[in-house]
Amino acid sequence: MMEAQKYVWEGAIPLQIHLHESEITSLPPPSPALILAPRIGYLPLLLPLIKPYFSSTLPPGQDTLWFDYKGLPLKWYIPTGVLFDLLCAEPERPWNLTVHFRGYPSNLLIPCEGEESVKWSFINSLKEADYIINGNCKNVMNMSQSDQVELWRSVMDGNLDKYIRSSSKLKLGTVTTAEADMVGQVKAGKIPVRLYVWSVNEDFEDMEDAPEVDNWDQISYINRPLEIHKEGKYFTLHDALKNLLPEFFAGKPLINDKPCIEESEDFQKVSSEDVGSSTGAEEGKEIFSQPMESCCNDAEIKLIRIQGIEPKLEIPFSWVVNQLKES
Amino acid sequence: MCVLVPAEDSNEEEMCAVEEEAGFCEIEGAADNATLVQSKHHEAHFYDFHIVYSSSFRVPVLYFRAYCSDGRPLLLNDIEKDLPACSSKVLLETKWSFITLEEHPFLNRPWYKLHPCGTSEWMKLLCLGDEVAAKNGLAIELYLVSWFSVVGQVVGLKTPLEMVKSQRN
Repeated sequence: MMEAQKYVWEGAIPLQIHLHESEITSLPPPSPALILAPRIGYLPLLLPLIKPYFSSTLPPGQDTLWFDYKGLPLKWYIPTGVLFDLLCAEPERPWNLTVHFRGYPSNLLIPCEGEESVKWSFINSLKEADYIINGNCKNVMNMSQSDQVELWRSVMDGNLDKYIRSSSKLKLGTVTTAEADMVGQVKAGKIPVRLYVWSVNEDFEDMEDAPEVDNWDQISYINRPLEIHKEGKYFTLHDALKNLLPEFFAGKPLINDKPCIEESEDFQKVSSEDVGSSTGAEEGKEIFSQPMESCCNDAEIKLIRIQGIEPKLEIPFSWVVNQLKES
Repeated sequence: MCVLVPAEDSNEEEMCAVEEEAGFCEIEGAADNATLVQSKHHEAHFYDFHIVYSSSFRVPVLYFRAYCSDGRPLLLNDIEKDLPACSSKVLLETKWSFITLEEHPFLNRPWYKLHPCGTSEWMKLLCLGDEVAAKNGLAIELYLVSWFSVVGQVVGLKTPLEMVKSQRN
């Protein structure tokens, strides 16, 4: 089980970052920065890696970092892997992004003051997950300053082992046991889930022909906990999606073509509490943004991606939860 | 303009406008019980308030934004100057740290948000003295009015007594 978690944490997206032309003050223009960005990470945290490429050519002024993809300003608090899965229907490698150090679009994007803002956003998501799982934010609120720092560091460094150790102090509860996992059982309770659904109005055959996302209004953000009522029942990923997006499943049998799920980033927060299971580590998980592309008219789900993989809908949801928990 | 998202059962994406409620209105010249807030430079400030239900915290959350007649957004310190003295004092002392600029869940723009963390706690306290509520639970309308009577004060909006009375009948 740890395998999948490791893969997720080690996943990275190769980026080719171009400085926006309006900010190039030297000739010849600087070459793009080639950076390997962790899937479980945030674009603003890449500043120290990116800045050296462009510092000599930037116009005078203060840096206010932001990125765009084909003109679409990127929401900095969405993990890199999620952004990639969501905005690149056909994965682009390397992923070409434009970086800006000036002219922050504050009418569109909430302000980002570097690492502090990203950390704050992360901790807030953690509190939200805590609240969903436990009915209060006490676990996160009572974390000591040093524990919080350590947890955040482990995320920044992409250190899974350190993260598991740090988050163990959080005690965010369990989703299921390893044995139950095998038969797809889940405990009754709530699982934090975040879904990003991209709706398109035209049908297309291949992902390459998919239109581009040119506006965030084309993407619905669904931030809703998944409630598991019936314990012991075999609960699949399909069941989970049906629960979260009923409008796409009304009156339809199990999807036949292209069952893919995009679940990007499961934020995982939680402790490695052993609940009678030998493998341990069942933690609550926040499934972060599942980019989903669907056709509006037929409400046909074309693609679902989770951390870049396209799993089958029949797989047990608890397995998904457990594999992606640490993300 | 206030957008009210009905609680619990409904799809979070549904939004319906509540127009008749006295306390929930845009502070601008047009509405009867609204006030036109003017700064020293005789500039009109417009405020939009949205109430959005949070499935995670299971409480309503207040979002708001302020802008001038030319559309220029106002910052928190400008907003503070618009508030009655007691509100701004309260804000400074306690709640200021709970107002943050975050993305509106549906509009993809930055709005100010009043944090929902403590809401269910103080709502429980608020309803403690109410026998009917203790027995039968609180009707949504009454819950919202009670909730707003507290939250509104932070942003300088008073809930008229008539509103509470009419809900209880």
